[in-house]
Amino acid sequence: MAAWLFCSPFLIFFFAFGLWPVLASLLMSFTDITSRDLRTPFGVGFVGLENYLTLLADDTFIRAVLNTLYFVAVGIPVTMLVSLVAAVALNSGINRLKAVFRVGYFAPVVTSIIAVAVVWRYMYQEDGLFNAALGAIGIAGPDWLNDPAWSMPALIIMAVWRNFGIPMVIFLAGLQAIPTELHEAASVDGASKWRSFRSITLPLLKPTTLVVAVLLSIAYLQFFEEPFVMTGGGPLDSTTSIGYYAYEQFGFGLYGLASAASYVLVLLIALLSFLQFRLFRTRS
Amino acid sequence: MTITASVRSVRKGLRTRTLIYILATLGLVVTLAPFAWMILGSIKPTGEILADPNAWLPKNPTLDNFTDLLSRQNFGLYFFNSVVVAVACVIGNLLFCAMAGYALAKIDFAGKRLLFSLVLLMLIVPGIATFVPLFVQVSNLGLANTYLGLILPYIVTPLGVFLMRQFIGDIPDALLEAAKLDGAGEIRTFFRLILPLSGPALATLAILTFLAQWNNFLWPLVIAQTDDMYTLPVALALFSIGANGTNYGLLLAGAVVVVLPIIVVFLFLQRYFIQGIANTGIK
Repeated sequence: MAAWLFCSPFLIFFFAFGLWPVLASLLMSFTDITSRDLRTPFGVGFVGLENYLTLLADDTFIRAVLNTLYFVAVGIPVTMLVSLVAAVALNSGINRLKAVFRVGYFAPVVTSIIAVAVVWRYMYQEDGLFNAALGAIGIAGPDWLNDPAWSMPALIIMAVWRNFGIPMVIFLAGLQAIPTELHEAASVDGASKWRSFRSITLPLLKPTTLVVAVLLSIAYLQFFEEPFVMTGGGPLDSTTSIGYYAYEQFGFGLYGLASAASYVLVLLIALLSFLQFRLFRTRS
Repeated sequence: MTITASVRSVRKGLRTRTLIYILATLGLVVTLAPFAWMILGSIKPTGEILADPNAWLPKNPTLDNFTDLLSRQNFGLYFFNSVVVAVACVIGNLLFCAMAGYALAKIDFAGKRLLFSLVLLMLIVPGIATFVPLFVQVSNLGLANTYLGLILPYIVTPLGVFLMRQFIGDIPDALLEAAKLDGAGEIRTFFRLILPLSGPALATLAILTFLAQWNNFLWPLVIAQTDDMYTLPVALALFSIGANGTNYGLLLAGAVVVVLPIIVVFLFLQRYFIQGIANTGIK
């Protein structure tokens, strides 16, 4: 009894605003509900898989899925690499000022993605700061956000900058959990630093890596604010993501179609998390 | 090892370390450059921004962009809305998630495992996957464009329960038994023993919740329909893609207003921020 009493406020909100929408999203994706049915939901009809078939036939949606996968497939490894390098540097070579570096690298994480997007949109202009910096080392930069080939890399660079702090502190904690004796023993046996990193550090970081990979997949699959502020999904749909597509359909009042699109996202997140857990379990 | 060899290896270590420091500092400069750019740009007069978009230092620093923003765009009101939503969500999360976390950690009851599994599962479901039915539901409750509509969906979070359960689980059972022996009921035990002992966890949860709500974008964008209910990120985003999209002085000032408070809080409480994120990743 006491337990349910303690859980009840949480449960009420959790069911009403957490669990129920997940289920409702699935239900709505099989209906033709639109913004007109908001107050009078009696006209809503069951349409089976029609919304999903509409999505499959829509080139923009296919493009959105591919763009989202592109963002995930390139963004996650790059973010993990940068964060791992930062964590290893902070853990091995740096004793003084360690806190300063950690706090500095982590700062972008706490900032609003919208503010970041506004500032970076300015920096990415053809005659902007980014290209000025590239010009200083003799490279002629592209018109980042207006060139379909460069718009996605531009958003990935920004995402890496903003997000590497989280995996970095998780990797740091993972690195500090590795007993120093292991590396000392390896060095006595004549192993090089690189060798002992590859044979000791990396395998022991596997559980940490899994956590980071899952967290980043969930975060990166939601890709939405960046195209909203910086590109409007363009140029030529090159930055339209699944989330952005779902929001657009919602804006048109097509709630059934928007639900179907966002449910594709739920399935992708579930699938990717599952695959990552499988992959890492069999290897370790 | 001969003396020359060990001198050589110390030298080599020193060189590696210096190299790491140089690279780490370069990394820090690159990481912080956009912040410097934003702040320096926000105090430049418009003419100066247009004349030379890539100059760093303002020649005639001014606060005009900020006063313009406040008078023309109601940023004071948006700021207030953001504070109301974030503070209400912090209070709700602290109280309700601590209560549920206590039950899940320390009381045996039927359905406990199932409930905790659901909480874990919901940790990975993002807002962007459920905003459509949530909008329909909150609208049907008559809460569209109200503070309650902004707040209620985030007044508890699975992350909050998860964090509190992990922390309260580490409190020794012996302490709880002692309280029971002294005749304290569950409610008394919770308020007199569990809550005071959970200080660090509550602080972490408070900071993470505040951060998440301060930066939350999609939900306020969907549910706030008139200008007076916008939160800061919504106002800044709509402002930047609207007719004002090329007035970079105003835009950068807006970005400063959104980012600076959280950066100041972060500088003071960075230990909790970083620890909180690390803990959610590890446990």
